[in-house]
Amino acid sequence: MTPPDEALPQERRFLGLSAGTWPRILAPLVMGLLLLGGWEWAVRHFAVPAYIVPGPVQIAQTLVKDWPTLSGSLAVTLRITLLALLVAVSAGVALSVLFSQSKWVEMTFLPYAVMLQVTPVVAIAPLIIIWVDNVQASLLICAWIVAFFPIVSNTTIGLNSTDRNLVDLFRLYGATRWQTLVQLRLPAAMPFFLAGLRISGGLSLIGAIVAEFVAGTGGASSGLAYRILESGYQLQIPRMFAALALISFSGVVIFLALSLVSHLMLRRWHESALKKDR
Amino acid sequence: MQEDGTIAASDHTAPARNHGTAPGTLPVVSLRGVTKRYGNGTLAVRGLDLDIAAGGFVSLLGPSGCGKSTVLRMVAGLSPVTAGTIDWPRATHDARGTPRPKLGFVFQEPTLMPWQTAIDNVALPLRLEGVAKAERHRRARKMLALVGLSDFAESYPRELSGGMKMRVSIARALVTEPEMLLLDEPFAALDEITRFRLNNDLLRLWEARRFTAVFVTHSVFESVYLSERVIVMAAGPGRLHSDLSIEAPVQRDEAFRTSPDYAALCRTVSGALERAMAA
Repeated sequence: MTPPDEALPQERRFLGLSAGTWPRILAPLVMGLLLLGGWEWAVRHFAVPAYIVPGPVQIAQTLVKDWPTLSGSLAVTLRITLLALLVAVSAGVALSVLFSQSKWVEMTFLPYAVMLQVTPVVAIAPLIIIWVDNVQASLLICAWIVAFFPIVSNTTIGLNSTDRNLVDLFRLYGATRWQTLVQLRLPAAMPFFLAGLRISGGLSLIGAIVAEFVAGTGGASSGLAYRILESGYQLQIPRMFAALALISFSGVVIFLALSLVSHLMLRRWHESALKKDR
Repeated sequence: MQEDGTIAASDHTAPARNHGTAPGTLPVVSLRGVTKRYGNGTLAVRGLDLDIAAGGFVSLLGPSGCGKSTVLRMVAGLSPVTAGTIDWPRATHDARGTPRPKLGFVFQEPTLMPWQTAIDNVALPLRLEGVAKAERHRRARKMLALVGLSDFAESYPRELSGGMKMRVSIARALVTEPEMLLLDEPFAALDEITRFRLNNDLLRLWEARRFTAVFVTHSVFESVYLSERVIVMAAGPGRLHSDLSIEAPVQRDEAFRTSPDYAALCRTVSGALERAMAA
């Protein structure tokens, strides 16, 4: 007799996660610990002074000690980042929809969107900071410029690559432009948009940091980039590293959060979100 | 040259008749001198005259490039005619005098929206018409039952097999109770066993609901098995070559598919197709 659990093999689970998920979490974690351990060992062994390279332990201590200052800066930077992403998403999707409705609009405006993208933001940030009185607003504009193009470009491709037969089907049933947009083109563009969103999430953080650097100590801003500059002048290298760690960590969290959003929205129907079962 | 002929499955010779329509009854659709030239100058169809009677099952058969799909798209109103007219004598006309025939269209691909469940895909035409959700789901559920997919109403297209997706596509085309169902090589991408099954299902639906079916195919066997009438088209430019009526039992099944009658009919249609390709 075959026991029922052998006849119907169940997915093995450990602590609520499937057996296949653990290596994906553990492998990079072990790698990270090894690297940090090696770093700490090297710093101690070669007696590297903290103002050149501090060890991870000291960085962690600084992070805790300076948390009141650093957390405030983190909040400032994250606020700019998320606002820029929000504006990039709404403006980007709106522009893409406009592009998809009229070839003329696309032909007229797309080159300028590209121009905005290829011009390095460090090069235009000083101008923006001069022109815009409000430092927060100028930072927001810089971050937005960087974040906005992937959304526009991806969503436009998505809107234009709708299944032609489905478009014909909508025509056959006399669908209005609005019905075709909302019920067909936008859902069809969703995977493309979400891919753009994940790129833009990281880019808006980069844009915010770059703009803060350019605005520098002259501005009234106090984001993480400002902390890095300030710590550099004061030779407080451990704090510089602590701020850097916070920036990387924020970037990773943003990426993971947007990946999760993408997965939740596509998991029922899109290839990219399907479990590969072989 | 245009051939006209009736080929009979039985020994008795059927009288030749006008395949368009019996006198006194209006055809569902009437094509006169229909010509299609694409923007790049290609002449896809030239001077096509064709009447299609109500409730019939007509196949458009021809080699690739003979414009059979183009004809279907023009009839569906998805592609404007360059010259000639397409009239719908029996259809209701809107306030501006434009005919509004109720059509269903089945593409070669299932053409489902992957982000919607089977039932929502079937209900799409009703949704676009503004039918309330409960009502359109009731009607879509009925159509799904008719194509044997009651248990898969909440499945997404990716969870369905190729044949099941095609059934959903047919259910969607029929949900509005169309007068005419246009099918553009719908089973070409399916394996033979599935294709035979769907052939039978389609015939069963057609017998039950008596819509007019226009079926584009490049398969002689499929056209003979399904149709009452086969229009053979020639290519370069696309035109009508011969118009054959298939005098075979209305009840088509596996016994018919393996009968000598069927083989003889296939040979005749195949001969017409060969002449069309040589023409």
